[in-house]
Amino acid sequence: MRLEKCWFCSSTIYPGHGICFVRNDSKLFKFCRTKCHKNFKMKRNPRKVKWTKVYRALQGKDLCNDTVFQFERRRNRPLKYNREIINSTLSALGKLDAIRSRRTNRFFENRVNKAKDVKFVHDKQLIEQNIGLVRSSHNGRMKDTKDSNKIKLDASMTLFHSKQEE
Amino acid sequence: MSQYNFKKIATVPTAKDFIDIVLSKTQRQTPTVIHRGYAITRIRQFYMRKVKYTQQSWHEKLSRILEDFPRVDDVHPFYSDLLNVLYDKDHYKLALGQLNTARNIIDKISKDYVKLLKYGDSLYRCKQLKRAAMGRMCTMMKKHAASLAYLEQVRQHMSRLPSIDPNTRTILVCGYPNVGKSSFMNKVTRADVEVQPYAFTTKSIYVGHTDYKYLRWQVLDTPGILDRPLDERNTIEMQSITALAHLRAVVLYVVDISEQCGFTIKQQSDLFHSIAPLFANKPLVVALNKTDVAKVEELKESDRELLEDMRKFVAGPSTLQLGEDDGEHQQLPTMSTLSEDGVADVKNLCCDRLLAMRVEQKLAGRRAGDILNRLHVAQPKARDSKSRPPSIPANLEEMKARKARGEKIITEKDLQEQNGGAGVYSADFNKHYLLANDEWKYDVVPEIYNGKNVADFIDPEIEAKLAELEREEEELEKQWEAEAHLREPKEAPLTEEEKQLLGEIKLRRKKLVAEHRRKKSVAGNSSKIPASKADPEGKRTTRNMKDSLESMGLDADKAVERARSQSRGRKRERSSSRFQEGGDGDVDEDMEGVEKKRTHSSRSRSKSVAKRVAQTPASGSGLKNAEANIKAQRLADLAQRKSSKKARSGEGDRVIVTKMPKHLFSGKRGNGKTDRR
Repeated sequence: MRLEKCWFCSSTIYPGHGICFVRNDSKLFKFCRTKCHKNFKMKRNPRKVKWTKVYRALQGKDLCNDTVFQFERRRNRPLKYNREIINSTLSALGKLDAIRSRRTNRFFENRVNKAKDVKFVHDKQLIEQNIGLVRSSHNGRMKDTKDSNKIKLDASMTLFHSKQEE
Repeated sequence: MSQYNFKKIATVPTAKDFIDIVLSKTQRQTPTVIHRGYAITRIRQFYMRKVKYTQQSWHEKLSRILEDFPRVDDVHPFYSDLLNVLYDKDHYKLALGQLNTARNIIDKISKDYVKLLKYGDSLYRCKQLKRAAMGRMCTMMKKHAASLAYLEQVRQHMSRLPSIDPNTRTILVCGYPNVGKSSFMNKVTRADVEVQPYAFTTKSIYVGHTDYKYLRWQVLDTPGILDRPLDERNTIEMQSITALAHLRAVVLYVVDISEQCGFTIKQQSDLFHSIAPLFANKPLVVALNKTDVAKVEELKESDRELLEDMRKFVAGPSTLQLGEDDGEHQQLPTMSTLSEDGVADVKNLCCDRLLAMRVEQKLAGRRAGDILNRLHVAQPKARDSKSRPPSIPANLEEMKARKARGEKIITEKDLQEQNGGAGVYSADFNKHYLLANDEWKYDVVPEIYNGKNVADFIDPEIEAKLAELEREEEELEKQWEAEAHLREPKEAPLTEEEKQLLGEIKLRRKKLVAEHRRKKSVAGNSSKIPASKADPEGKRTTRNMKDSLESMGLDADKAVERARSQSRGRKRERSSSRFQEGGDGDVDEDMEGVEKKRTHSSRSRSKSVAKRVAQTPASGSGLKNAEANIKAQRLADLAQRKSSKKARSGEGDRVIVTKMPKHLFSGKRGNGKTDRR
């Protein structure tokens, strides 16, 4: 019993799921669900399909080159059974999981952090530009409707000022 | 020559049928129309053709019969003798000979009459000649009706003869009637010969096949033979005698020592000695049958002496005894076809004897030398000096010792039976595992853990690697903490108020977009829902509008003024003039004393109202005054026209009266093409 990886999206295929396609050159393609299978049949390149792991790894959105991942390797030579080794392996699995999750979190935070500043700036701009949709900046007088929404970004003409004036 | 199989002989028809066949064939296959007025040569040709054709037919069919039937002199002597026994050679030959003469006579008749026909001078004469010719041919055959009938009988019987190959390895089973020859046959081969308690159950020779040493053996079961002089034997016995005489086979003479067959051992022994000359040059085996009933040791002294005589005869020089059996088979082999005891041994003995004889003969012959010269046994040459002895398993000595001691080895199969049988017991595969520590043999290990394959992680050095990784991780964590200050945002985050505003803005934008999309999809054709339905709770008032505008910080006075001016208002004005702005009171109350006048509709046309009088608009309609009402009505009428022309009762009415009006779907055009309709 082995858990395979979907060829298209790289998610694990559990037993009883998915389809395995054998091409005429005897290359195997395993798919976790019909979505991946259909995408494959449409000849889509997983490297260009946003939700696949390959794309994310390629675009640097997910952690992929790390020593943690080198622990999991497909070994072709079977090892004679040894209880100690198996024990240590099983306990190692849990620890590796923890380490991996910590590392991916850090990676994510790193990546996302860069956008925080940009987001703040953008949000503030949004507020300044569209304040007219929900408030009026005029001193209780209704001006020409066409101009009322076009407010220039000026510290003196912020919301707080107008409210105080009222 | 079909020695083995007489089934392909063509059916011999009776004389009457034969004549019918030939004559009807002639009638079908030759031209039938002839007239007196034709040229005489043509007439002659016509009738000559008929005569010749009939003759050819007869010739063909008779030849076929003569060829198909085997010639007694040309077949294997066994078959010729068999045919003689069954059908009487003389009679057979005579019948065939007669057919032969008939054929020749028919040829002659036809020749003569054709010669005569050449000089026939009229249609009538030619016709008579033809009739005479064919008549004579047919009478010829009628005379031979008896032969034809006899040959048909012979053919039918012959086709049912068993296909015996006289040249292959054969075991011939013979003896008195009821001694157990057919039972032996049934046991040894797949044949199903009738076995009954009365004598002469088997009336003809039966063939069965069996296998021994990867070879096919014929086993011939013969009818029983009685002790009589040759001339007094009946047909059935003669068949066995024929077989004995002509087939080069091993003879298995079966003796019934229980005397259940009705014949004593003395009689059987006498028969044995009387047909002894037939055993010359054949390997002979005498088998004692029915040992389940009587044992050899319990026989009388005299009987045993007789058996002893037979045995001496068997071992003696007159019969062909070859092979390595001199020491072993001093005693006559015993068997019981009922209990299947010793049957296989007897068969094997017969086969061995015959094989030995045949091999001897072949070797003695000329051809053996030729074949031997062509055979060459190749020995492999040693490739290098490395010795490659046969591989002997390590515990062979132990196993041998165990076997010598007579210990019963418990096999896996025995274990299975002991512990509940095939469906219940599950074999223990782990007990033979060769591991570093024997305690580990019965370990249960998961293959999958937390969505990972355990096998992918197994590594003898995983501890070390993991320790290193953990150290690395600690360092990374420290670094992370240390750089925490670098990750602070440079811009100030949004305050609570700002967040709220942002939320409101986003919501408002969403609503605008949604509204735009809705309007776009409707394409400006959405109907206006009357205020009474759109706003049943009465929330859309100018007061509310004022409040919401002021909350946004706008001055609402002008907006309210405008809104009020556009709406109708509910102030009641009792004035005769309804054309004033500001609207009127309730329509119903004003009705008293005031005639209701229509604004539009076809009825108004029929009534030919000269002046179109405005009607006060209904409350809740959103129309300000009568003018607005008229305008609204007009617009409605205009809109209604399109649908009215199509005779629709409403917007949901999609009835098509004629789905395929003929003028649209058929007909040519006056000018232009009819490519599309």
